[in-house]
Amino acid sequence: MPRIAPISEAVGHSVERHGARPSHLVQILREVQAELRCLPGPALDELARALRTPRVRVESAASFYHFFHSESHGAYEILFSDNIIDQMLGKREMMQYLCKLLWLQPGKLSEDGLVYVESTSDIGMADQGPAALVNGHVLPSLDESRLELVAGLIRDQKPLARWPRMLFEVADNVRKAGPLLGQAFEPGSALRKVLKQGAERTLAELDASNLRGRGGAGFKTAVKWASCRRAQGSEKHVVCNADEGEPGTFKDRVLLQSHADLVFEGMTLAARVIGASHGMVYLRGEYLYLLQRLEAVLARRRKDGLLGKGILGEQGFDFDIEIHLGAGAYICGEESALIESLEGKPGKPRNRPPYPDTFGYLGEPTGVNNVETFACAAKIAVHGGAWFAGMGTPASTGSKLMSVSGDVKRPGVYEYPFGVSVKQVLSDCGAGNAQAVQVGGPSGTCVSWREFDRRICFEDVPTAGAFMVFSRDRDMFEVARNFAHFFAHESCGFCTPCRVGTSLLRNHMDKLAAGKGSAYDMVQMKRLMHIMLTMSHCGLGHTAANPVVQTMEKFPDAYERRLRNLDFEPAFDLDGALQTARLITGRDDEWAHIVSKQP
Amino acid sequence: MGERKLRVATASLAGCFGCHMSLLDIDERLFELLKLVEFDRTPLTDIKEVGACDIGLIEGGICNAENVHVLKAFRANCRTLVAVGACAITGGVPAMRNNVDLWDCFQEIYQYEGGTEGRVIPKDRELPLPFDRVRPIYEVVRVDYFLPGCPPSADAIWKFLTDLIAGREPVLEHGMLHYD
Repeated sequence: MPRIAPISEAVGHSVERHGARPSHLVQILREVQAELRCLPGPALDELARALRTPRVRVESAASFYHFFHSESHGAYEILFSDNIIDQMLGKREMMQYLCKLLWLQPGKLSEDGLVYVESTSDIGMADQGPAALVNGHVLPSLDESRLELVAGLIRDQKPLARWPRMLFEVADNVRKAGPLLGQAFEPGSALRKVLKQGAERTLAELDASNLRGRGGAGFKTAVKWASCRRAQGSEKHVVCNADEGEPGTFKDRVLLQSHADLVFEGMTLAARVIGASHGMVYLRGEYLYLLQRLEAVLARRRKDGLLGKGILGEQGFDFDIEIHLGAGAYICGEESALIESLEGKPGKPRNRPPYPDTFGYLGEPTGVNNVETFACAAKIAVHGGAWFAGMGTPASTGSKLMSVSGDVKRPGVYEYPFGVSVKQVLSDCGAGNAQAVQVGGPSGTCVSWREFDRRICFEDVPTAGAFMVFSRDRDMFEVARNFAHFFAHESCGFCTPCRVGTSLLRNHMDKLAAGKGSAYDMVQMKRLMHIMLTMSHCGLGHTAANPVVQTMEKFPDAYERRLRNLDFEPAFDLDGALQTARLITGRDDEWAHIVSKQP
Repeated sequence: MGERKLRVATASLAGCFGCHMSLLDIDERLFELLKLVEFDRTPLTDIKEVGACDIGLIEGGICNAENVHVLKAFRANCRTLVAVGACAITGGVPAMRNNVDLWDCFQEIYQYEGGTEGRVIPKDRELPLPFDRVRPIYEVVRVDYFLPGCPPSADAIWKFLTDLIAGREPVLEHGMLHYD
């Protein structure tokens, strides 16, 4: 087993590497944990001293992110992706099988301190699941033979670097390419065009293209950039939101894996338009495996004069990009939470307004966009706004990448012009027996078989890209229950309606699943949904009840057949709760029992 | 024959009767209340079994089998059931025993210093059998309203009851709605 560094050494090196900047705290915590295998109290003390920041700030960040832990998870930490799609592909069985091979229980460090196996939220591999992370690196397409190999490597204590490469090969699975994925892009071509025509004209083209944000909300990109361009600030920033955490979404992964130039070029031209010199990619921790390649692309672009000082020889066009890694927090996909995280804090959403275009990273004007939005912007710069606006529908121009997974013959990424019908996508991906599609992830829209004529666009069914297909053999209640667990786990805990609401909703769903449901639970869930929708601080709480609301509406029988009582049913077994006292007292008389009448 | 008076029942389960004391604290307004309602089962009337009622007020949580029988009888007989006070709503002080193993509780009470004669654990059927943990009443039956406080003040109880009796949705203004 490799040596574990002393605390002071691990902390010292990392803090030095990051110039003792507290805003890099999340990055520093990642590095320190990688060295020490955990973040013990003394390491946090040391960090607080070295960064000259309050201990409580260090601890609040260390305890917020799912990937940070105060106790060791051994030399090998394996986290299985727990999205419903991974479950449908056999996640539970695979996890059990690995635990059996290694003689351990999920969530408990093995007795020799070597290995730890647990579940984690979706890791963006729904097209090649079941998948897991080993020490942060993706292991896709797991089956029994691969797990036997993995168990052997762990038992032999082989360092990760010497594991067979094929275990880590992540496929792009591009099934249908359009202008974004299908046409070659020459690095620098967009920037040359921008330098030739000027920032104003570039912005005008972007406006004409009517490009809307690809992260889901669909805000018009030209408006955002123009506002950021007007904003006053000593320094401005461009941030690429690559925290693709919405379960079932993986199209940004493909863009970053195989089209990184397009994304970086989009960021650079955004910098030119808004006048920024500093760029950041917020890469979700689950995509750690992309880090090296992305750094290599950045290095090449610097060498080619596409990043750095005086880009393409243009005096004063200075811009560079750094990559920040997340640490397993879905909420950081929300732009203001993402900025908080970039600043080294727990990812809790800010009050908006002010929006990041005027008050973003470190309080300075910041243009935050999704990975795909930047890629589109680069294409628009080359081909013009009219070209882009010629595709799609009037209010949803251009093409959209869809991450298709679930009960389909050909899972992967499909690029369609906006306005494509759900039915069309289903027929292309080979979903013969579909019952429902969850479009846009758990917080999106559940489209039932009655509505397959609906279209993917902002006018009808908006999406950030997830397209999870469920066949008629699937139980839509279990789908909604998986999502309810996801939100209860991912609520950031800042506001009560969401923190408590998501947990209560999960409890009600579990109660129904245990066969103890009643009509009262249905009423209570509807009340909770209303409270969460109207009282929560951010979009997570507003949409967390969506999957339950929508499946209740569209698949009522999935709920009704679980109701045991029209009035009320306790979640626990009343008579069973007396068993301990019966054993202690030795009583078995009629008063020592509670007989529940069956309706 | 005038309008039928509303019937009200009250009971204290795993509570301290503090909420009932607070009800008595409405003082002379009790006379006014009696013009509007008549009492069914309550500690005031000493009626042992609850009959058909309009309003049931429950103080205290669920700590033993007898509590469940009383609570279920209230739910079956009362059109509107109200959880009154911290213990009914959350389990309150009695629920502090949830952190102690039930077997340890029994030993502490009956077998250690100052326990029963002969240090035996009684198995009389008259003694209500305790659950492994204390629970709020909403975990056992459907509850219509929650009136928080430890106890709710007399004014809060008066306001709540008069609203309910008048057929209004009860509203507790700032100052009356508190959890301690």
